[in-house]
Amino acid sequence: MKGRLIRRLTGSLMTGLTYGAAAVAVLPLAAILGMLIVKGAGSVNLDFFVKSAVPLGESGGGFAYAIVGTLIIVGLACLVGLPIGVGTGIYLAEFGGGWFGFTVRFLADILNGTPSVVIGIVVWSLVVKPMGHFSAFAGGCALAIILVPIVARTTEEMVRLVPNSLREAALALGYPRWRTSLFVVVRTARAAIVTGCLVAVARVAGETAPLLFTAFGNQFFSTRILQPMAALPLQIYDYAVGPYDDWHRLAWAGALVLIGLVLVLSLVARLVVGRGARRHA
Amino acid sequence: MTDVPAASLEPEVVPRPTAEERWRALRTVSRGDVVYRSLLTLLTLCLPAVLLVIALELLVAALPGIRAMGLSFLVHSEWDAVHDRFGALPLIVGTVYSSAIALVIAVPLALACAVFLTEFAPRWLRQPVATLIELLAAVPSVIYGLWGIFVLIPLLRDHLWPVVKPVLHWLPIFSGVFYGPSMLAAGVILAIMILPYIAAVTREVLLAVPPAQREAGLALGATRWETVWTVILPYGRAGIMGAVILGLGRALGETMAVTMVIGNNHQVALSVLKPGYTIASVIANEFAESVTRLQVSSLFYVGLVLFVITLVVNALARFLVWRVARGSGVGSTAL
Amino acid sequence: MNPAPSPAPQQPGAPRSRTPQPGAASGAAPAPAAAPVPRLAAESLTAWYGASTGVRNVTLACAPNAVTALIGPSGCGKSTLLRSLNRMHELVPGARVTGRVLLDGYDIYEPGVNPVRVRRTIGMVFQRPTPFPTMTIAENVAAGLKVGPSLSRARRAEIVEHALRRAALWDEVKDRLADSPLTLSGGQQQRLCVARTVAPEPEVLLLDEPTASLDPAGTAHIEELVQELKREFTVVIVTHNLQQAARVSDVTAFLYLGELIEVGPTARMFTAPLRSQTEAYITGRFG
Repeated sequence: MKGRLIRRLTGSLMTGLTYGAAAVAVLPLAAILGMLIVKGAGSVNLDFFVKSAVPLGESGGGFAYAIVGTLIIVGLACLVGLPIGVGTGIYLAEFGGGWFGFTVRFLADILNGTPSVVIGIVVWSLVVKPMGHFSAFAGGCALAIILVPIVARTTEEMVRLVPNSLREAALALGYPRWRTSLFVVVRTARAAIVTGCLVAVARVAGETAPLLFTAFGNQFFSTRILQPMAALPLQIYDYAVGPYDDWHRLAWAGALVLIGLVLVLSLVARLVVGRGARRHA
Repeated sequence: MTDVPAASLEPEVVPRPTAEERWRALRTVSRGDVVYRSLLTLLTLCLPAVLLVIALELLVAALPGIRAMGLSFLVHSEWDAVHDRFGALPLIVGTVYSSAIALVIAVPLALACAVFLTEFAPRWLRQPVATLIELLAAVPSVIYGLWGIFVLIPLLRDHLWPVVKPVLHWLPIFSGVFYGPSMLAAGVILAIMILPYIAAVTREVLLAVPPAQREAGLALGATRWETVWTVILPYGRAGIMGAVILGLGRALGETMAVTMVIGNNHQVALSVLKPGYTIASVIANEFAESVTRLQVSSLFYVGLVLFVITLVVNALARFLVWRVARGSGVGSTAL
Repeated sequence: MNPAPSPAPQQPGAPRSRTPQPGAASGAAPAPAAAPVPRLAAESLTAWYGASTGVRNVTLACAPNAVTALIGPSGCGKSTLLRSLNRMHELVPGARVTGRVLLDGYDIYEPGVNPVRVRRTIGMVFQRPTPFPTMTIAENVAAGLKVGPSLSRARRAEIVEHALRRAALWDEVKDRLADSPLTLSGGQQQRLCVARTVAPEPEVLLLDEPTASLDPAGTAHIEELVQELKREFTVVIVTHNLQQAARVSDVTAFLYLGELIEVGPTARMFTAPLRSQTEAYITGRFG
């Protein structure tokens, strides 16, 4: 009788502890978001979006150059990384049954787990060193390398969700495989693939380490892709570790904008993918 | 097309081809398939090629350092750019130490979260909480660093440490003065960052446990908790190991947040209150300002070490998770 | 211009076993319904899954403008046989076919024949309706035309309407051709799939248990449709419903454990089967 009581108490206690753990796990998200809003919201104004850095000692200034830089660098990364990633994903889903598919899938996971700073120095060695200077182009290359495995794996998953019966129906209509794949299978998974790409892009948009020795950063507004360029995460880092309060203020504001971008993309994508997956089920 | 069409009932329909005409049509080849598949294969080859190039380039760039210092590089702790003497021991120790702290904090929490999400949480709460935890993984590293500098470090130093100091200060790992940027701060930040990865993969592993296992436990009269502890967790053991190792891989390679809070000091210290260094953060900090050729090469050398470590760790993790995902629960008893 | 490939059986491309299978009514292709030239004929057809066989040494002829029903218990290979007739079987990994399938005397398994073209000539409707969810109703019907010669808009619309009329669906969908096919009922979706299959004017229609997932009303619709379709097409239908076979088919073939046990005019098969296994199945003693 007593044994049973102890067992039940243990059960209740442990159940309670898992509730506590979940609360503790969610706490940092709330703390980070709360802090970003408290410290950053006050500085996110029109100036922030249209002005660039001001000389030391003057207050004010904005992140326009960093925001534009991030858009350009991420855009370059998408240009290179998305076609390769989506193509790889389609290949893995449609033809990836053999040893080659297995190997590529495994290597994609390995590349996905490779520290981004390592990718940064390799791109420095392959692009920046031969060119003689840092450039937005090199930054785009580094982000593209990070983008490819993520996009490949999500694309593969989304294409696999398309029921085989659709594939068969198209083949029975006399569609060649390529038409079946592109106009029936991929077309059906299109929304899910796009949102998967959005999540991946959101993730690389926040990457800092691979840009340190590639895009490098720039205190001035620049749109030349063969020159060093500022990026939002780089600027946040520089300002966060710098000694001035005004820089810290801008770093918080920049972080708020960056996380807004990332979370909105992820949340929207999650909702759409969830709906798409349910429709196929 | 002038042949007499086979019986066609619809006048507006194109006349049916004769058997011979059709026979010729049947024998065409669809070149599109070949083109499509070749194109996709070409795109797919990029990924292995990139990985190969990364490995080779790291090796080539690290070669001067490897030639000059050999394996002794890995066990020396000097890091002196002026005299061109480099040793990676503090970096390797710091990388492993900070990740270990992160695992100690994150693993119990993550497992509890996963159990909560699959077993105990009310159904309406499961998806929202899972989404929140996954959003934690979407927060950029540099924002963790920012938060670490301005919120976490003051919190640890000014509020938490004074409270626990009287109880813990005699322990060697808590010796010394706590200035803020430290191994502990790095470990805590890393714990927060890898928790969502471990929790998400563990959750998937637990969801893959067949309902029959669960019901069998309950049918034997075990409480829900006892079923979790004695049946479900052991059943998913291999997959959970995989999830933990996956988290470890993340922690080992994490750069920005760690660089911003670890204190960046080349020393091997037992105390978690002391500043330290990791491989990733030394690269982030010193690469752009490297002076000598040997210093650059040394950084590639540690980069190569980090690459190999994460490669092994990730391969192991994937192997474990795949075994479970393949549906063979047999693998879990072997570990 | 007469390249004249002789319509007589050509050199078989694939090796085939000539040894008569015990228990099978092999050899002597029955000439059902007094049709002189079979439209579609299987000769010593064996369908493999890796090392095992789904269908063994089947010889069967399907007359033009007639409905041939394939019946038999689950797993007897009737679907596999059907899928071998338009080279869908080989899409399953590890699957292959030996023997021959003759379309108007020409072997569609001969090396060099493009299976994609074969499937355009021999259309197929599946057990479950498979409308393409990202296309509209009209686009679904026109889907098969995309791979043929290019057509004007007006011509395409004409063909879509004609196909929908033939599938007895026109009146129900003519006002919502631009809607998603997922707004249709199951039976309507299946008729949409029939329309999609007949739109490119195939010559043979293969129906794989087309009413398996439908309610009685939907089933009745499809059965009427089959009667209409046989005026234009050669139809082969797989069904596990004996009444359905009796209602719609002219010729019935009974398969058991991958072998063709008996084939004959439907009326005779259901009243006076020659083989005891057929009789046992038809009277419901197994299957």
